[in-house]
Amino acid sequence: MTSDAKAATTFEEGLKGASEKVAEFQDDKTALKRIQHWLHQTPSAVPMIVLVVALVIFGVLSANFFKPTTLSTILQQIAIVGILGCAQSIVVLTAGIDLSVGAIAVFSSVLMGQMTFRYGIPAPLAILIGLALGTAMGFINGWLVAKVKLPPFIVTLGTWQILLASNFIFSANETIRSSDIAAQAPALQFWGNAIQPGGVKVLYAVFLMIALVAIMAYVLRHTAWGRHVYAVGDDPDAAELAGVQTKRILIQVYALAGLFCAIAGWVMIGRFGSVSPTASTGQLGNIQSITAVVIGGISLFGGRGSIVGMFFGALIVGVFEMGLRLVGTDPQWTFFLIGVLIIFAVAVDQWIRKVSA
Amino acid sequence: MTQEPLLKARGLVKRYGKVTALDNCDFDLMPGEILAVIGDNGAGKSSLIKALSGAVQPDEGEITLDGKPVRFESPLEARAHGIECVYQTLAMSPALSIADNMFMGRELRKPGLMGNLLRQLDRPAMEKFARAKLNELGLMTIQNINQPVETLSGGQRQGVAVARAAAFGSKVVILDEPTAALGVKESRRVLELIRDVRSRGIPIILISHNMPHVFEVADRIHIHRLGRRLCVIRPGDYSMSDAVAFMTGAKLPDGVSEEA
Repeated sequence: MTSDAKAATTFEEGLKGASEKVAEFQDDKTALKRIQHWLHQTPSAVPMIVLVVALVIFGVLSANFFKPTTLSTILQQIAIVGILGCAQSIVVLTAGIDLSVGAIAVFSSVLMGQMTFRYGIPAPLAILIGLALGTAMGFINGWLVAKVKLPPFIVTLGTWQILLASNFIFSANETIRSSDIAAQAPALQFWGNAIQPGGVKVLYAVFLMIALVAIMAYVLRHTAWGRHVYAVGDDPDAAELAGVQTKRILIQVYALAGLFCAIAGWVMIGRFGSVSPTASTGQLGNIQSITAVVIGGISLFGGRGSIVGMFFGALIVGVFEMGLRLVGTDPQWTFFLIGVLIIFAVAVDQWIRKVSA
Repeated sequence: MTQEPLLKARGLVKRYGKVTALDNCDFDLMPGEILAVIGDNGAGKSSLIKALSGAVQPDEGEITLDGKPVRFESPLEARAHGIECVYQTLAMSPALSIADNMFMGRELRKPGLMGNLLRQLDRPAMEKFARAKLNELGLMTIQNINQPVETLSGGQRQGVAVARAAAFGSKVVILDEPTAALGVKESRRVLELIRDVRSRGIPIILISHNMPHVFEVADRIHIHRLGRRLCVIRPGDYSMSDAVAFMTGAKLPDGVSEEA
């Protein structure tokens, strides 16, 4: 610094003898600030704490709660929402939203079923076709969002209706019976198989959900692609200037979400046995997955949160439903409490964001 | 000058609707020099810089780098040619860490199977590099290279952005108002860094409103006015007030006439 003294212009002469320290980090030491900071770094902590508290409370209130069968039933019931939640998570991380997840899942399951039964395609091939078509539906969402620059809410509100209607028209409202599938195309019901260690039934679907969450957690955290997903959700203009191909990432995210939805559609066949175009997932899948994502602490404004949080969020919903039923309350209390949790989760998200201020 | 410009632009035109941001603009950057670009607000400095760094595509005109015509469709392409830019907005993702931001779009992967097959990032290497570059800049004493950029002050963020460009720029480094958010001492470090980058043989384009800084470090000053290059002066030949007079149109340099 001193070697430049001659070049330095006069107004900086006053610097001589001043402290040489520049722009150092100071540490906030108050307990609340530190908690805020920790939550900022560990976004899945809040839903994990809520989950543990809920488990303890229901364990105390109901003697039956901690039985292996109860716990495996909870996992079984959140399998589909958990997989749809993987799709919803990556979309929400890009500051988008996907209302069409349930519609893609139901339509994909119908396509898999009808390919096999109407067109006589072997079941494994029909499944591949269904997965590819689900990916294509997601791709259309992504293309409309990234290239035509329409808001994700509007795009997926539209495709939700379009896909659900196409689903009814294509299937002619026909349900394929469970017994027919079991006899002719058992591959469609693959995820409904279960292992039974010590008499506790655990569906393959549960393992699939956990595997998908684990894979996506790795991809989002430890690959460049995952970091780019966060960057796009955080500030798309900055990401673009910093060298992220934002449009490509967006399209890939929606297409991958479509693939996850199609996988969820395949799992639905295993879970319910039959292929039904009127499955409630078509109407409720989006709200259920968004609930899991929001309770799981993923910010609807994009760029923040983790997919593990979504998994905890889905578990919280499952634990509440099961626990309140075992305790014997009116089932409406489940929705009451989930509503409270949603608002609580978003309030916490807003508070954590203030860490930067 | 017998030397050929490293980065040259001829007849750049960029229109936004009815507004012409660049009006037949020429530009020359010589090898190894610090070229300051000054101009009044709305003169089109940022558009010029964005055209050179690939952030916008000019409607007309051509850009040559090392004598070869180039056309950048995105900042990524300009970067592949060794042109790094610090934008006024800094272009950082607030929720991501300092290391993630420095390596955005050019992440390092682990060697071997983990990197090739599972595409795992080499976090330790990226963090080590980021820390070294920030220390080199001397702008800050980093405690945690993994802290999100949004927890940094404005000056610290600018420091990270400058360090990123200086670390990766191999042909040209463009700095758009690099000292705008910095204090006096931090600005001094950035000016030292600019000289340091030049001493590595890399030319720098510096956009600044700070005349003392411009006159201190620049080898030549490109004065931008009304969407085009008015003139290029050497800081030794004119005073700061002359330069301000030229860029605001109060005075015309010798031998230059302003077209209506």
